[in-house]
Amino acid sequence: MMLNLGPQHPSTHGVFRLVLWLDGERIVRAEPHIGYLHRGSEKLCEREDYTQIITLFDRLDYVANLNGELAFCMAAEKLMGLEVPDRAWYVRSILCELNRIASHMLFYGVYGLDTGAMTPILYGFRERERIVLLFEAVTGARMMHNFIRVGGVKQDLPEDFVQRVNKLTDELKRGIEECDQLLTNSELFLARTKGVGSIDGPTARDYGCTGPVLRASGVKEDVRVSEPYGIYDRFEFGIPVGSNGDCWDRYYIRVEEMRQSLSIIEQAVKQMEPGPIQAKVRRIARPPKGEAYVRTESPRGDFAVFLVSDGGDKPYRVKVRAPSFANLQSITHMLRDAYIADAVVILGSIDIILGEVDR
Amino acid sequence: MSGNVPAEAPFERVLPNAVVCKSNELFALARKSSLWTLSFGLACCAIEMIGAHMSHHDLDRFGVVTWPSPRQSDVMIVAGTVVKKMADPIKRLYEQMPDPKWVIAMGSCATNGGPYYRSYSVVMGVDHLIPVDVYVPGCPPRPEALMFGIMELQKKITEDAKRRGLPPPRLISPPSAPTDGASPR
Amino acid sequence: MTTPQEKKPAKPERATHRREPEVPVAPAALDERGKALAAILPQVFSGLDVQISAAMDEVVLAAKPQDVPAVCRIAKEDPRLDFDYLRCLSVVDYIERLEVDYHLFSLDKRHKMVVKTSVPPDAANVPTVSGVWRGADWYEREGHDLFGVVFDGHPNLRPLLLYEGFEGHPGRKSFLFHEYDEW
Repeated sequence: MMLNLGPQHPSTHGVFRLVLWLDGERIVRAEPHIGYLHRGSEKLCEREDYTQIITLFDRLDYVANLNGELAFCMAAEKLMGLEVPDRAWYVRSILCELNRIASHMLFYGVYGLDTGAMTPILYGFRERERIVLLFEAVTGARMMHNFIRVGGVKQDLPEDFVQRVNKLTDELKRGIEECDQLLTNSELFLARTKGVGSIDGPTARDYGCTGPVLRASGVKEDVRVSEPYGIYDRFEFGIPVGSNGDCWDRYYIRVEEMRQSLSIIEQAVKQMEPGPIQAKVRRIARPPKGEAYVRTESPRGDFAVFLVSDGGDKPYRVKVRAPSFANLQSITHMLRDAYIADAVVILGSIDIILGEVDR
Repeated sequence: MSGNVPAEAPFERVLPNAVVCKSNELFALARKSSLWTLSFGLACCAIEMIGAHMSHHDLDRFGVVTWPSPRQSDVMIVAGTVVKKMADPIKRLYEQMPDPKWVIAMGSCATNGGPYYRSYSVVMGVDHLIPVDVYVPGCPPRPEALMFGIMELQKKITEDAKRRGLPPPRLISPPSAPTDGASPR
Repeated sequence: MTTPQEKKPAKPERATHRREPEVPVAPAALDERGKALAAILPQVFSGLDVQISAAMDEVVLAAKPQDVPAVCRIAKEDPRLDFDYLRCLSVVDYIERLEVDYHLFSLDKRHKMVVKTSVPPDAANVPTVSGVWRGADWYEREGHDLFGVVFDGHPNLRPLLLYEGFEGHPGRKSFLFHEYDEW
């Protein structure tokens, strides 16, 4: 029997279509269809200059916006050979780690809904609202920040930022513990996610999976450690690694990553010193001719930008390597012997964002 | 009794606590107080739509519940960019919704294409496909903006019911009125 | 009375074309891992016709289209290289040719490489590498969709991002911006 888990479905995390061939309750074959959100961002990038493109990159991974902006700005800075001042890097790191916590809180809430629990989404979004309100105070917008620019950040932090962030980290610590207690060791949740949708390390590497999907399978790989960018080598943080590669591992790694991000934020706030927040760069950046490939660790994995420039004020080609694009390919492997009821749980555990899958 | 007091209606002696109203206004009150939205988040605006339903900006107090099935929902909030590949499913979903139904175009992508204006694969606004009742601008609109949009839709439902579904009165007469002596203007 | 006109000095000859402004080029700067990798590559690929160069901090290996699967298989299986992770497969349209880039990374040895191959735009055929890395599957479908590069041997080259029946290849420079429909 063929079942169409169509583009409109409460659990498809956006417009994703999954066509399943079933034998009773078992999935015999799964065929994912994407492209229902293909907006042509890469082609539009060739028509806009470097500051306008940041608004497009905001909307690619629309839950971890700052990470997308950061990857693009790092690619342009690498081509230009720019030295970004320290304070700008501290601001960028603090905001990106806060964005990681916000993204994982969204995942936590929506994953609870996928497994059938109605309460975690309210708790997750309560914590996310705290972070998003702080973003509004710093960058001016709740979601599409347009804050990280080529050479630094757009403007300096507000004066009461340090008090606000310290208060926020205390609240988030309590919030993460509360969310953890609610779902992680709940019997029903364990029954639905333990041993479900497992993928082993070599297969995950073959598919090009990155981020929590790869780390859950036992491979210790984090871009902040293997190819450190910015000032991540000044922070001490752990990298959670799973052992089974199943849905529970992928979920719990994200909860642990939230705690590690909090510790990075505390260290960054202590180490940050006043200084310039933008390098000396022209208003419209003109990188020299060449190509640059830059990777960053987004909440979903390895978000990379391949920028080809011909010396003008608009790029020649921008290719976005989205982590969810590669992670989603592995769903055919994860669904190989699953029940139809597990399809939703497995899809939710990969944590895809269709904006970056389809670009 | 003194002054201009109307006489007591006969049924007021029988049913002292009855309320009199027109039936379409009563139905409009019922419909606007329990708008079930089709959960149709396409892109980034979906995150703000979910945030509007959550406890910080609660939409449940308006009676708005998000419901996955189109057969049982009243409002379709098109939140996000409409891509040409998605146009067919959107039309099909709209046709599956039973009357009376309304559409809220949330965000600038659903209004006119937004930041993806002039892209080769984007429909410049969902009103090319389905009739839209309320446009909520923003990229993405704040949850408060979406709440305002829903409140405007509620106002529209009551106004439409008062006019009994007829179009609103025109304030400016059309310029092409014939004046060949048939009817004096 | 006509006076003999003095011979005016001849005007200097102007250049017939404007000098184009110099476009700065980003210098190639390999780090130690890149230099060590560039040193062993000629021995590893001694049987095949490849050119090794550098672009910024990436080692670039330019190969012929028909050699690409062999190059990629050696890159993955050779213990000195161990490129088990295909990061990205992108297609760039330089108008007289289409360039297909394979960005490779080794999770254990932490070195990286780019394999490049060029094909003419009207006969863009490259053998598939989806047998080497399973993750190349969707990247090749996307390259076929947006640029029209045909990957021979790919099991399923149906459109991925565009709807069935889309005419033209939007990624190419020949697909103009103002040729869009509102709906």
